[in-house]
Amino acid sequence: MSEPAHTADGHDDPHVEPGAHGSMGSYMIGFGLSVLLTAIPFWLVMGNVLGSAQTTGLVIMGFAVVQIVVHMIFFLHMNTRAEGGWSMMALIFTLVLVVITLSGSMWVMYHLNHNMMPMSAHDMSQMP
Amino acid sequence: MANTTTSDSAFLDAQGNPLFHLAREPHHPEGASTMLGFWIYLMSDCLIFACLFATYGVLGGSYAAGPGPRDLFDLPLVAVNTAMLLLSSITYGFAMLAMEKNRIAATQLWLAVTGLFGLAFLCIELYEFAHLIHEGATPQRSAFLSAFFTLVGTHGLHVTFGIVWLVTLMVQVGRKGLILANKRRLMCLSMFWHFLDVIWIGVFTFVYLMGMLR
Repeated sequence: MSEPAHTADGHDDPHVEPGAHGSMGSYMIGFGLSVLLTAIPFWLVMGNVLGSAQTTGLVIMGFAVVQIVVHMIFFLHMNTRAEGGWSMMALIFTLVLVVITLSGSMWVMYHLNHNMMPMSAHDMSQMP
Repeated sequence: MANTTTSDSAFLDAQGNPLFHLAREPHHPEGASTMLGFWIYLMSDCLIFACLFATYGVLGGSYAAGPGPRDLFDLPLVAVNTAMLLLSSITYGFAMLAMEKNRIAATQLWLAVTGLFGLAFLCIELYEFAHLIHEGATPQRSAFLSAFFTLVGTHGLHVTFGIVWLVTLMVQVGRKGLILANKRRLMCLSMFWHFLDVIWIGVFTFVYLMGMLR
């Protein structure tokens, strides 16, 4: 993508990997994609294009996942080689924890709400 | 282990006593591990947001007979807000490209533009919050609103500190120029700034757009 990074005195800079910052082209591709991936979900929801709320919800979640990947690649310059693969390892570990936290909380709390004793409005008003 | 003897001189110090640590530190250039360390900080920050998203996911439907997302959210305003953050991301990218070419003036200019977009984002968000509170939709109103204000407010707080950091770095670059340490700091802020944009993708999808579908 770009030539190897050099410091002002001509030594190879050990901290900066080649192409670590991306190039004008990759930033513009990333920006174009994210504008598209932002505009479409807003359009789907505001225009009520798909009709069904459930379908729309699934589709916009798909768009969000794709857009996050686009940002990771084009703006955060994630790849499997950065820092000897440890950045990617930390990211994968975090993603696993995020998925467990999110899906676990929603799942458990949904069932908790579902199995609660039914309570009438009158009972609710008697609550302390 | 005391009577273990070894003939390998690498494990003995000058007096012939055994050594249980590396005799010489491997050479680490200054700041060589900063980027990985900062990445791990961002990942831990990501976990904070995961917890807040989970809280919102659980409590997002508990309106306590108060106003729900459909009554409160103004999607065109959120779209403008999203555009501000997205534009600030690309202008920070331009600042990094200028930094790579050692152009101090261009770097400062793009950093300033990024800061202004960030400030615009914050102003719109504060306007939205003020509007909600004025309508009585305060964080105390319902669990949904508590979770909403905590999640979106934490993101806004991150953007605020990002702007403080950005101004600090502009002063640093102005005084010392694009030295190696400043470049490293700018790269850290770059990751922080783009990371906040990634979190915002989750916020506008999960909170605002999904909220309108409830």
